Amino acid sequence: MALPKYTETRYRIWHYFYIAICTFVFIFLIAPLFVIFPLSFNAEEFLVFSEGMKNLDPDAFSLRWYKDMVYGTKNPWGLAAKNSFIIAIFATLGSVILGTVAALGLSSRHMPFKGIIMATLISPMIVPLIISGVAIFFFMAKAGLAATHTGIVLAHIILGTPFVVITVTATLSGFDHSVTRAAASLGSNPVNTFMKVTLPLILPGVISGGLFAFVTSFDEVVVVLFLAGLENTTIPIQMWTGLREQLSPTILAVATCLIVLSTLILISAELLRRRSERLRGINR
Amino acid sequence: MSSETKQILTTDGIPLEISLKKAERKNKIKAFLLVAPLLLFLIITYIFPIGEMFTRSIDDKMITNMLPKTFKSMETWDGKELPSEEVFASFLSDFKILVEKKEHGKLAQRLNKEKNGFNTITKKLFRQVKRNKIDETQSIKEQIMKVHKRWRNVEYWQAIKRTAPPYTSAKYLKAMDMYLNEDNKITQVSEDRRIHRILWLRTVEVAFFVTVFCFLMGYPIAHLLATLPMKYSNLLMICVLLPFWTSLLVRTASWMILLQQQGVVNDFFVLIGLVSDDNRPEMMYNKVGTYVAMTQILLPFMVLPLYSVMKTISPSLMRAGKSLGGTPFVAFWKVYFPLTIPGIGAGCLLVFILAIGYYITPALVGGASGTLISNQIAYHMKTTLDWSFASAMGLMLLGGVLVIYWLYNKLVGVDNIKLG
Repeated sequence: MALPKYTETRYRIWHYFYIAICTFVFIFLIAPLFVIFPLSFNAEEFLVFSEGMKNLDPDAFSLRWYKDMVYGTKNPWGLAAKNSFIIAIFATLGSVILGTVAALGLSSRHMPFKGIIMATLISPMIVPLIISGVAIFFFMAKAGLAATHTGIVLAHIILGTPFVVITVTATLSGFDHSVTRAAASLGSNPVNTFMKVTLPLILPGVISGGLFAFVTSFDEVVVVLFLAGLENTTIPIQMWTGLREQLSPTILAVATCLIVLSTLILISAELLRRRSERLRGINR
Repeated sequence: MSSETKQILTTDGIPLEISLKKAERKNKIKAFLLVAPLLLFLIITYIFPIGEMFTRSIDDKMITNMLPKTFKSMETWDGKELPSEEVFASFLSDFKILVEKKEHGKLAQRLNKEKNGFNTITKKLFRQVKRNKIDETQSIKEQIMKVHKRWRNVEYWQAIKRTAPPYTSAKYLKAMDMYLNEDNKITQVSEDRRIHRILWLRTVEVAFFVTVFCFLMGYPIAHLLATLPMKYSNLLMICVLLPFWTSLLVRTASWMILLQQQGVVNDFFVLIGLVSDDNRPEMMYNKVGTYVAMTQILLPFMVLPLYSVMKTISPSLMRAGKSLGGTPFVAFWKVYFPLTIPGIGAGCLLVFILAIGYYITPALVGGASGTLISNQIAYHMKTTLDWSFASAMGLMLLGGVLVIYWLYNKLVGVDNIKLG
C-alpha cells in the first residue's frame, strides 16, 4: 500500500489515519484472545498479571490450572468434554447427511417451490437463538427427550443443517452436471454416481459445512441451557456456570485449549476453502 | 401437408410432449424426495413447535375447562347486577368438582390474577364446602353471599365472566406493560411497574448501536483486506477468522478479564495517565461492557460479507473515477461506496439480527443495566416457569426479526448473504 510520490499531503495524512484505524481494529479483534494465554499459566489465584509475571520471573508461571483442569477433584471438565465431543460428532454427522442430501435436491433445476423450501431450511439460522431454544425445548419436553443426549444432538442438528445446506448448495452452483449424466450413460446407478463422482467433487464444501456444524454444536449454549440436565453438561455450560459464579483460572486453562482447537479448525477450514475454489475454477 | 397435425413420437410411440412432461414430473419428485427428509425433520421438530409457542401464548383454556357450567349459565347474564340463583348454583357445583380434584387452589390463583382479593374469598368458600356447611335445598345465592362480603360485590362476578373465553391476549399486553381493565379497555400499568418496555427499547438500542459500531470498524478493515496483496491480506484475515471460529464464551471470558477494574485496559489507562490509579472506572457490569464485548464478538459477521463484496470490485473502477477528474474522496463516494451496498446490507442485517437475540454476553458482562429482552425470556422459561409469557415475548421478537428480514429482502435481496 505504498503511496505514489505525487500524493498530496492531506491524502497522505488521511492514508496514515486510515492505516492507524485499521491497526486499532485488528488489535481490538485479536488481542482479547491473547490475554487469556499468559494468564492461564499464572501461579497465583488472581486473574491479573502479578508483579512476577510482569518481570518474567519463572516462578510466577505454572501449570497448576491445567493440572486442576485434568486431575482436579469434583471437576466437571472431563465429563463435559466427553459429552461435548460426543454430541458435536453425532450432530455434525446428522447435519452433514441431512444437509447434503437436501442440498442435492435444492440445486436441481427441477426443484419445485425452491424459494419457500430454502427459506424453511435455513430458518434456524435466521431466527434468534433464544426463540429456537424455547421452541426446541417445547418439542423435546413433549417427546420426552429433554435432558438426554439424543435430544441435544437433535437440537444441534436443527441448528447445524443450515450451514451445511448453504455451503453445499454454493459448491454445487459451480458443479458441472454433465459429469453425472456421463456416469449414468456409462451405466452407473445414481447411488454409485453420487459416491464415486459427485461426492469427491463437492467434498470440500461438505467438509467445510460440517466444520460449521461442528463448531455450532461445540460452542452452543443457549439451547443446551434449556435442554441439559446434570448428566448432559457440556463445556459451554460449564464455562457459563463458571463465569457466572466465579471467574477461576481453571476456566482460562480450558479457554486456552479451546483457542488452540479453534485455530486448528480455522486452518482446516481455510485449506478446504482454497481447495474448493481451485476445484470450482475460481481464480482470484 | 399434414405436418401440423402429425405429432412427433418417441421410439415407444408415445407423443414426445407427454413423454417429456412425464420425465419432468419424475425429476421434480426425485428432487423433492431428496429435500423431504430434512424438510420433514425441521417441520416436526422446529416449525410446529414455533407454532405451538403461539397457541401456548394465547391459551387460556384452563379456567374455561374448570368452570364449564358457570360460564354456560353466565351467557344470559347482562353483567350489570348480581347474577341469578342459577349462576351461583352452577358455580358451586363446578367448585365442588374442583375441590374433589384438589384444583381449587389453581382456580384461586388464576382468578386472583384477574382481580386481587379472590384468594381469600375462594379459601373461605373452600372451607364452607369442605365442612358441608352449604345446604343445597335452600338458596345457594344467599349462602355464598354470606361467606364473604366480596361475593356480594358484582365486580368479582364480572371478573369471573371476563375469564370465560378460551383465548387471551393478556400475555402480549403484559409484554408491552399493558392490561385489559374492568371495561375491557387496554390500559397501561402504573409507571413504576413498566419494566418490559424499557427492555424492548434497550434491546433495540443495543442492537442498533452495536450494528453501527461494527459497520464503522468493519468497513475500513474489509476495504484494507480486499485491496492488500494476497500474501498480506491472508495473514490479516486470520485476525478476523480466528475470533470467528473461537467459542463465544472464551471471548466473553477474555473481555471479563480485560475490562475488570484491575484489568489490562484499566492498567493501560492508568499508564498513559488517562485516569488515576485509585479512581479506576467500572467498565464491566454496565452498558459499556455490553457494547465493547458485543461489537468485538459480532465484528467478523460484518467484515466477512463486506469483504466478499469488495473483493469483486475491480480496482480499475476507482482509477477510472480518478482519471476522469474525481478526487479520491469523490471517486470513493460516487463509485466504490455504492458498489459495496449489498455487502453493507448483508453485514448490518446479520449483525443486527444476531445482536437483537443476544443472551449470553449481556448476561455475563451486562450486569443489571445490560439485561436485554432475551434474558427476560430465558428468565421466565427457567425461573418463573411462565412459559406462555416467554412464548409471547419470543414471538414478538421473532415478528420484529421477520419484519427486518422482509425489509432487507425488499431493499437488497437475500441472495447476497454469503458465509466467508
